[in-house]
Amino acid sequence: MNRLLSHDLPRSRWLAVALVVMVVALALAPFVFPGSKALGAAAKMLVFVLLVASYDLLMGYTGIVSFAHTMFFGIGAYGVAIASTRIAPTFGAIALGVLAALAVSLVLSLVIGLFSLRVKAIFYAMITLAVAAAFQTLASQLSDFTGGEDGLTFKNPPILSPSFEPFESPILGATIDGKFVTYYLLFAAVALLFLALLRIVNSPFGRVLQAIRENDFRAEAIGYRTVVYRTLSNVIAALFATLAGALLALWLRYTGPDTTLSFEIMLDILLIVVIGGMGTLYGALLGSVIFVFAQNYLQDLLKLGQGALDGVPVVGALVSPDRWLLWLGVLFVLAVYHFPSGIVGRLRAAIATGRART
Amino acid sequence: MSTTPLLELQGVHTHIGAYHILHGVTFNVREGEVTMLLGRNGAGKTTTLRTIMGLWPASTGELRFKGQSLKGQATPDIATRGIAYVPESMGIFSDLTVQENLVLAARAARHAGELDTQRLEWIFSLFPALKKFWLYPAGKLSGGQKQMLAVARAIVEPRALLLIDEPSKGLAPSIIQNLISAFNELKRQRTTILLVEQNFHMARSLGDAVAVMDNGVVVHTGSMRELADDESMQQRLLGLSLGVHQ
Amino acid sequence: MTTTAAAGAAIPKATFEWKPLVLLAVIALAALPLIGSPSTWLTLTVAGLAMGMIIFIIASGLTLVFGLMDVLNFGHGVFIALGAFIATTVMGGMTVWAGDSGVAQLAAVFTAMVVAFAAAAALGWAFERVIVRPVYGMHLKQILITMGGMIIGEELIKVIWGPAQIPLPLPDVLRGSFLLGDAAVEKYRVLATAIGLVVFSALAFTLNRTKIGLLIRAGVQDREMVESLGYRIRRLFVGVFVAGSALAGLGGVLWGLYQQIVTPQIGAQVNVLLFIVIIIGGLGSTLGCFVGALLVGLMANYTGFLAPKVALFSNIGLMVAVLLWRPQGLYPVTNR
Repeated sequence: MNRLLSHDLPRSRWLAVALVVMVVALALAPFVFPGSKALGAAAKMLVFVLLVASYDLLMGYTGIVSFAHTMFFGIGAYGVAIASTRIAPTFGAIALGVLAALAVSLVLSLVIGLFSLRVKAIFYAMITLAVAAAFQTLASQLSDFTGGEDGLTFKNPPILSPSFEPFESPILGATIDGKFVTYYLLFAAVALLFLALLRIVNSPFGRVLQAIRENDFRAEAIGYRTVVYRTLSNVIAALFATLAGALLALWLRYTGPDTTLSFEIMLDILLIVVIGGMGTLYGALLGSVIFVFAQNYLQDLLKLGQGALDGVPVVGALVSPDRWLLWLGVLFVLAVYHFPSGIVGRLRAAIATGRART
Repeated sequence: MSTTPLLELQGVHTHIGAYHILHGVTFNVREGEVTMLLGRNGAGKTTTLRTIMGLWPASTGELRFKGQSLKGQATPDIATRGIAYVPESMGIFSDLTVQENLVLAARAARHAGELDTQRLEWIFSLFPALKKFWLYPAGKLSGGQKQMLAVARAIVEPRALLLIDEPSKGLAPSIIQNLISAFNELKRQRTTILLVEQNFHMARSLGDAVAVMDNGVVVHTGSMRELADDESMQQRLLGLSLGVHQ
Repeated sequence: MTTTAAAGAAIPKATFEWKPLVLLAVIALAALPLIGSPSTWLTLTVAGLAMGMIIFIIASGLTLVFGLMDVLNFGHGVFIALGAFIATTVMGGMTVWAGDSGVAQLAAVFTAMVVAFAAAAALGWAFERVIVRPVYGMHLKQILITMGGMIIGEELIKVIWGPAQIPLPLPDVLRGSFLLGDAAVEKYRVLATAIGLVVFSALAFTLNRTKIGLLIRAGVQDREMVESLGYRIRRLFVGVFVAGSALAGLGGVLWGLYQQIVTPQIGAQVNVLLFIVIIIGGLGSTLGCFVGALLVGLMANYTGFLAPKVALFSNIGLMVAVLLWRPQGLYPVTNR
C-alpha cells in the first residue's frame, strides 16, 4: 500500500478514514447510490478529482497560478466529441480524438509555458486569463467545427451506451448498463492517473518543483533550470486535465463551452484546491467530493430556505438557489484567508499538535 | 555636550526569517562624532543599520535614540525623529529628477520653491554636479553623482543622525576624495554620523570612534586613533592593516 | 532669482520617450489603407479613441494600485459593474424629470457619474479593508481573494438589480453624430474622449505637480526608501485604492453607455482587456496605461471592422508583440 501511494500517506487518522470512506463509496456508487442523479454526481466527483489534482500539481506543488486550466479540460472534451461526431462513435475514433487532444494540449502548454514562464508570476496569471478567454470565444465561434454555443451531442461506443443492457434485472441493486460500464471506466482511469500524479509529485522531479515554489532564486542558483521544470509541470498538468476532459465527454455524451471552458469551472477548481488543501493531492480528492456533493444537495437546502423566506425582500433574494455562487464566494474568501492549508492541512496539523502534547 | 550617547544599542538580536543575523550587538554613538562601523563582509553591518531604521525588526535588545526607545517603531516614525538613512543601494528614485528627489527628502517643502536656498547653495558647493543636472531624471546620473544625490538627500534638512552605508563602494578615487571633503565639512558642523565603510583611507581620515563587528556581534569599540596606531589590532580585527590599502 | 530657478534655466530637460506614441500613430495610419474609405476610418478611429479613453479611466487605478502597493486586484471589474448598474438606476429615475431638455439630460448623465464615483469609492474602501489588507505581500492569495471578492460583489449586484441584463440607452441629446464631410463622428464618443482627457490631465497634474503625486511616483519605485525618508506611505495606499475604484466606477458608467446595455458579467468581460492594457503599458505607469488603452481601443475597433472574428486575438497579439519589443511594457517603471 505504501508503494502504491508512492510513500505519500495521509498522515492523519481522520484524513485516512475520510479518504477510505470516499474511495469505497465512489467504487461502489452504482450499487450503493442508485439513481441517475446520484451516479451523475459520483461521476462528476471522479472527473473533478483528476482535474483538480492536476491543478494542484501546478499551483500547489509548483506555485504557478494559471487561469488556462479549463482550456485544456475543454480540449480533451472537444477531442472526444469531435472525433465521435465527425468520424464515428467507436473506440478507435475516441482514441484518435484523445491523442489529437493531447497533442494540441502539449503544444499549447509548451508554447504558453516557454513564453510566459519567463515573466513574473503575475504576468503569467493575467496572460493565461486572456488566453483562456480567447479560447472560449474561439470555441463558440468555430461553430462548424465545435458546434458553437450549442455544443456537440454524440453517441458513445455500444458498450458505453445507456442502451447496452446485458442483464435485464439489476444485480445487487445496480442496473448493469452502458452507464455502469462507463462509470467504472472513469473510476479505473481516475484511480490510475491519480496514483500516477502521486508518483510524480513524490519523485525527485516533484521535489525540485517544490523547491522552485519555495525559492526559485535559490533553485536556479543550485543549478536547476527553473524554466524547464516549470514548463514541464505546466505540460504535465495540462495533459492530465485533457484526459479529465475526455472522460467527462464520455460520461455526458455532450460537450459545450459551458461544460468545460466556463470561468465558473475555473473558479470551482480554485475553490476546491484551496479548501481541500494546496500541495497535498489528497486535498483534491477530499475537496472534489465535498464540493460536488454540496453543489448538488446544497441547492436543495437553499430552496428550502428560500421557501421559508419567500416574500422577505433582500434576504429572500440572498438565499435563492441561483445565488449559490455568492455563498461559494464567501466561503472561498474565508478559506483563502483562514484555511491556507485547507482541510487536509488542518487535519494533519491536528495530529502534529496532538503528538506534541503527549 | 551631553554625556548620554545619541544612539545606544544593547544586546540587539535580529532575525530575518529563519536566519539569526545579529547575535547581541552593543555599542554607542556619541553626538557630534563620526563613528565608523567596520568589519568583514557579512559581519552584520548593513543589518545593524537597517535594524536601527526599523526596516528589519529587532527581536530582542535595546535601541535608544536621544534616550527614547526605537524598538517596534515604524520606519517613517524613526525617520521623523531626525535619523536619515543612506542605504548601500542609494535608493535613488530614477524616474524623478534630482530636484524632485531633494524635494521629497525635504519633508517641510511642498515644492522646489520651498527648499532652503542657503542650504541648497551649501549642498551645491559640496556637490556641484547636482546643480548641473538639477532637472535631469536621477536615473541618468553616473554612479558617483547618484551617491552624491543620496548624501545630499540626507542633509537637505538638518538631521540629528546620519546612517550611511558604504558610500564609496564602486566609486573612482577622485569622487571618493570629493565625498571625504563633504563629510569633513559635515564633521565641522558637528553632524553625528554612523558610517559603514570598507575604504580604510576614508575610515581613517573621518572616524572619531570605531565599532568593529564580526559574526553579528561587536567585538571591539574604541577610538579611531587607537586602532590606526595599532597594526596588530588591525590584523586581528579586520584581517588586514588600515595603512596598507590606499 | 532663486538658486533653483537659476539652476533650472541652464539645463535642457532630458528627452521624452516618444517611441510608443509613434506606435500609436503608426497603427492608426496603417489602418487607413486597409479600411479604404477615410470617412469610415475617421469614425472608427474616434470610436477607438473613445473606447480607449474609457478603458484608460478604468485601468488607471488598477495600474497605480499595483505599482504603489504591489497589489494585483483581480476583482477590479466589480467597481465597473457597480458604476454601470448605478447608471441604469440614476438615469432611469431621471428620464422623466429630464424630459426633452438636452441640458437636463446631460445633467442626468453627470449625476450618474458622480453617484457612481462616490459609490465605487465607498465600495473600494470596504474592499481594501476586508479583502485586500489581510493579504498584503502575498501575491498568490491576493489573486485568489480579490477574485473571490469580485464574485461576491457580482452576486450582490444580482441580488439588488436582478440577474438579467438591463438596457442603458443614450439620452437623446447624445444620440447621433457630428458630420465632418463624409464622416460620421458619434456625439457620445466625443464626450467620452473629452472626459477621458480631463481625467488624464487631472491625474497627470496630481502626479507631477503635487507632493502627494511625488510620493506616489516615488513609492511606485521604492516604497522602502520613501518610508526611510519619513513618510507613512501605507496611509496613502488606501487613498490610492479608493481613488482607483472610484475611477473604475466612473468608467463603468461610460462603458455601460458605450455598450448601451449592462450585464452583471460586465466586470469580468472588461477584466481581460484591463490586464492586456496594463501589461502593454507597463505595470505602474500612468502614461503607459494611457497609450496602452488607446492602442487596445484602436485595435479592437479596426479589427472589429476588418475581421470581426479575430478581435480578441488581435489584442492578445498586440500584447505579445509589445512584450517582444519591450518585455516590461511600453513605459517600464524602473527599480522593479
